[in-house]
Order: sequence, then C-alpha cells, then structure tokens
Amino acid sequence: MTTVAVKPATMAQALTRALRDAMAADPAVHVMGEDVGTLGGVFRVTDGLAKEFGEDRCTDTPLAEAGILGTAVGMAMYGLRPVVEMQFDAFAYPAFEQLISHVARTRNRTRGKMPLPITIRVPYGGGIGGVEHHSDSSEAYYMATPGLHVVTPATVADAYGLLRAAIASDDPVVVLEPKRLYWSKDAWNPEEPAPVEPIGRAVVRRPGRSATLITYGPSVPVCMEAAEAARAEGWDLEVVDLRSLVPFDDETVCASVRRTGRAVVVHESGSFGGPGGEIAARVTERCFHHLEAPVLRVAGFDIPYPPPMLERHHLPGVDRILDAVGRLQWEAES
Amino acid sequence: MTVMEQRGAYRPTPPPAWQPRTDPAPLLPDAEPYRVLGTEAAAKADPELLRTLYAQLVKGRRYNAQATALTKQGRLAVYPSTTGQEACEVAAALVLKEQDWLFPSYRDTLAVVARGVDPVEALTLLRGDWHTGYDPYEHRVAPLCTPLATQLPHAVGLAHAARLKGDDVVALAMVGDGGTSEGDFHEALNFAAVWQAPVVFFVQNNGFAISVPLAKQTAAPSLAHKAVGYGMPGRLVDGNDAAAVHEVLSDAVRHARAGGGPTLVEAITYRVDAHTNADDATRYRVDAEVETWREHDPVQLLERELTGRGLLDEAGIEAARQDAETMAAALREHMNQDPVLDPMDLFTHVYAEPTGQLREQRDQLRAELEAEADTEGGTHR
Repeated sequence: MTTVAVKPATMAQALTRALRDAMAADPAVHVMGEDVGTLGGVFRVTDGLAKEFGEDRCTDTPLAEAGILGTAVGMAMYGLRPVVEMQFDAFAYPAFEQLISHVARTRNRTRGKMPLPITIRVPYGGGIGGVEHHSDSSEAYYMATPGLHVVTPATVADAYGLLRAAIASDDPVVVLEPKRLYWSKDAWNPEEPAPVEPIGRAVVRRPGRSATLITYGPSVPVCMEAAEAARAEGWDLEVVDLRSLVPFDDETVCASVRRTGRAVVVHESGSFGGPGGEIAARVTERCFHHLEAPVLRVAGFDIPYPPPMLERHHLPGVDRILDAVGRLQWEAES
Repeated sequence: MTVMEQRGAYRPTPPPAWQPRTDPAPLLPDAEPYRVLGTEAAAKADPELLRTLYAQLVKGRRYNAQATALTKQGRLAVYPSTTGQEACEVAAALVLKEQDWLFPSYRDTLAVVARGVDPVEALTLLRGDWHTGYDPYEHRVAPLCTPLATQLPHAVGLAHAARLKGDDVVALAMVGDGGTSEGDFHEALNFAAVWQAPVVFFVQNNGFAISVPLAKQTAAPSLAHKAVGYGMPGRLVDGNDAAAVHEVLSDAVRHARAGGGPTLVEAITYRVDAHTNADDATRYRVDAEVETWREHDPVQLLERELTGRGLLDEAGIEAARQDAETMAAALREHMNQDPVLDPMDLFTHVYAEPTGQLREQRDQLRAELEAEADTEGGTHR
C-alpha cells in the first residue's frame, strides 16, 4: 500500500495553483492587476504566471482600479475570462462604479445576451497589522449588489476549489481572500488539487449540539478555536463555514440551527448594516420555532478600521464569541 | 584615509540624461478645427460619400424630430436629442467596418441606428421598456451607456482583447464634453495608450453638460489637447462638417487598424435642443446663441456644398426627405404599439441561474400577479 506524500501548503499557494490550472485549461483566462506580473503580486498569489503564460496572459496594468475592472468588462464582452486582482480591500473602491453599474448588471441589462464572466479577487480583512486602508471587511457592499456572486474561503482546499469555480462561472464572482489566512497551512496535495466546489454551498466545519456559530473567511479559525475552548464550559458548538455569501445557503445554515436551537453570527465586518443582520433575519424567519434564544451577532465595531496597535480590540476573538454564547438564554434549560 | 576623506573622494555618476518618452509635437491638434465643406479640400471628397452622408443626415434630423415628438405623446419616457449633431452621429457609424465595435453614450441612439440597429430597438431603453433593446453582438454595438464615460474602458478592453486574439477589430467610443471630466475618461485613455489598443475616442463637444458650459468643465486649451498627456494624437474637427468628421474619424480608425494605437478626436458642435425634453435650456443660455449655430447647421452645410457643385438637385433633396418620412412613419407606427413585458423577466437574467433568494421573490411576484388577475377577472370575493 502506497501513501501519497501530503505536504502542508499555504492558502496563497493553493490560489496560485488554481490560477495556473485555470489558465492552462482555458486560453481565455487572463490575469490582470497591479504588480501581478513580474513581481507576482504583493501577496505572491500570481507568482510565476507571467513567466509561464507570458505578459499578455498575466498583465501588469496601470495603477487604476476602475480602469482595470472597466477594461476587464470589455475583454469579457469579447469572450475572454478576466481574473482581476484588487490589491487590497480598500483599494477596490475606485472600481465600484464599474462593478455596480456594469459588471453586476450587464447580463440583466442585455437580457442574457452579454454575460460577463469576470472574477474579482480581493484580499480582505484585518489581523495582519496593516496600516490604514489595508484591513477593511467590504463584503456587505458586494452582498448588497444584485448580479454578483460573493465567495470567501477559510481553508486551503476551499481557496483552490472556490477560485476555480469562480473562474468557471459565467457570472461575475467576487472572491474575498482573507489576508491573514494567506499563510495558513493545511495538508493539501498540490498534485491532486481539491475538487472545484460549487458556489453557494456552506459546510459544517465542526459538528456540535449546543449552538451554531455561523461564520466565514477569516473568522472561521477563530470560531473553531472558540468551539474548542467552549468544551470547558460544557458547550458543544457547531461551526458552519458559509464559504458563499451570495448565493446564501439557507438550507445548510437552517438545518444546523434547527438541530442546535441557538445561533451566533461571527464576522469582522461591522454589525450595523453588516452581513450578520441579514443572516440573523433569515435564520429567525425560517427557524423561529426552533430557536431557544435570539440570534446574536459578534462583529467588528461600527468604526472605521482601527490602527494596527488597536485592532485586537476590534476583531472578534474567542472571549467575545464565548461571551455571546453565554448570553443565549441557557437558564431556560435548567 | 578617514571615512570623511573617502566620502570626499566619491564622485557620484550623474543620472542618465532625461528625455521625453515621445515627441509631443506630432500629437498636438491643429490650431483650428479641420474643415472640408466650403474649402479647397471639398473638391477631393468622394461625391458618392457626400451624397450618402447627406441622405443619412436628413434621416437623422427627422429621427431626432420624431423621437422628440414621441416624448410629447408619452411614447418615450425621455429623449436626449442630437439635433445639430447629426454629422457626428452619422459619421461615427459610417467609418466602421462590419467587424468593428461602437460604444455609444446615452445620447447616441442616432449613431446606433446609423450602424444598422432597428430604431425601435435603439429606443427601447428610453421608452422604459427594457434596459437594452438590441443584441449587442448582432451589429457590434455595446449597450447604450447612461453613466458618463464608463463605456470608454470597455471599448479599450474589447479592442485589446481582439488584438490579443489577432482579430482585425477597431472600437470607436463616443463621449460628450462633460464626460471628459470623469475619471474613467482619464483611465481609459491611459490604458489605451499604454496598451496601444485599436481605439478611437470620439468627443462631441456640444457646448453643454446639461446646463454647465465647457468653461466650467475644463481649463485645457481644447479637449483634443488632453490626448498629448497620454501620448496619443489629438485631432480637432468641425463637428458640423460631415465630410470633415468622416475624414478625421476614418484616418483615426485606419491608424488604429494599422497598429498605430488610439486617437482622441474632438468635434466642435452644438446641442441645438435642450439636454432632454425634460430640460429648460432658457435657464442657462440665450436664444441668440442657438440661432448663431443654426447658421452653421450640418444638414444645410452639406446641402449647400452638394447643390453648389451640382451633385444634388431638388429631386435628390425631395428623395432624401421622402426616405426620412418613410423611416419616421414606420418608427411612429411601431412606437404607438404598446410593448408587452413579462414581469417574470425581472428575475430571469440577474444570474445565469436564479439564486434561491430570487426564486422565492419570483414566486412571490407570481402569486401577486395571479391575485391581481383574479381581482380583475371578477372572481375576487
């Protein structure tokens, strides 16, 4: 019996592999953005692609996000499948008019005649000590824009699978890549990449019976840690990794909450107008009679992203999550 | 030797001599807008082309009048007229080959029609029927673009993609004077020049961005001068001289097709009508100014040239008018029919497959419509 040597790989390496495989499989796939060519991207996700596929396939563009996405629209109109990199979450904002007014709407505007298969990669979230404008959680803006799919991986395998699925999709997909997980490692065999995940399916990352932590992206490892710590309190927490914010997997989320009867939504984004409000409402509307307590949210504060020396106070951590779990009206059980 | 002495002995190599990246002189526009009609250059113009342009201008003028009339009858929600700008609209379409692409702004339905799109389909957006009435791939016309200048980077990307594939395709992108203030104008021109994309940027400077005159829009010597900053040629042309616009745009298209990269063309013209039927132009300009421009009308300029040279007679003028009337009558007839819209279409093309959320909302609307139909059918108790 032979065993395949499975070495630990980083999420960044899995993303690179996904881009490379997609480019090799389909000559229509073009990677473009700031510093993605010779440098290989500031996070090295596009490392080696320009060398392997040429600068026409992996292109250093002028430093202008609206121009990057706007020209990608034209390229997609002509049958290419552009994969654009927005260097940091907060640097993607200049591209919002192109994103909202064209990328998200053109299929609808033309009644299906002109789909735009564009993948928009956005490194997002905090926890890396980035100075201002390098740590935003911008997912609520994308979620609020009809016509976009929004996915965010939390594991190395999902990073590969979701990015491949995004590039294969005939719709525009925003891939939010949690910056602080770029260097996280999982056992992952690059010779046998994980399957391409269908967009729109959440996954139970850890089964449990007491309550459900509904989370995604950079908060998944934090919730896993919280679930381990909760055992000392006598709680057996289930962790649901959404993976896809749009479309939203009501089925998996609600099945979990109906089992546990309690739920906390955890994300870095602010709570007011953030994804947690929508998720809590959906769960409440669908699972009301199964709920033992209101759905709570553990989120970033409703403040501009703090300076790095203060960000640990802002980011949802294990204690804040356990504190919320403690407020899920357990007294009714005793 | 001390460290300081060593430093004293150090002679830095001078930096390499600075040189401009390109010679700016050939990129500069001429001092005066280029003209053909009424000049010696007119003798060299192809009579057949001039007659074609004339027929299209007369038709275009009638199209503008008919579309404006349709707003008054409630058949169009809004119409931004190009009366007085027909030379630009028509020439933009005529200079392109079949495989080329046109990227119109919201004001450019006449160019879209001149490219071959059915007028009813071109006006679908302005009718309030659906956002785009035509298949962009049928005539290679991008959807009418309502946000300002955002279609320009699309044209650059499409032209760039075609070039990467080795296809012979030029994109011509239309924008107004106000649109040149937008960031996307800058980014599109910059990308096009860096990539040497086969694009022609065609600015119709019609004097106003709704109410705001050009003086409040830019301090540039001309809009064509902006090209120099990107390293592409800028050309200035009399936008009411159809022969001149056609020639300058044709040159730019040929230049792009030959691999010479993008050109910025500024046509000086005038928006004779208000911004739209919903606008009151008397609040920001005087009638005398409009009258001055009526003296420099694109249809009359060409008509004078053609009749003066014996290339057009009364019968020819009448034939062109008749042709325009036939178009207007057909447009009237089609626009007077109520469009049939399916509310379920609201959910069909948001994504390739509707999401669960959209399926739920579609079912909700369907139930509402069925309840409405029951009520109207008298079965409601």
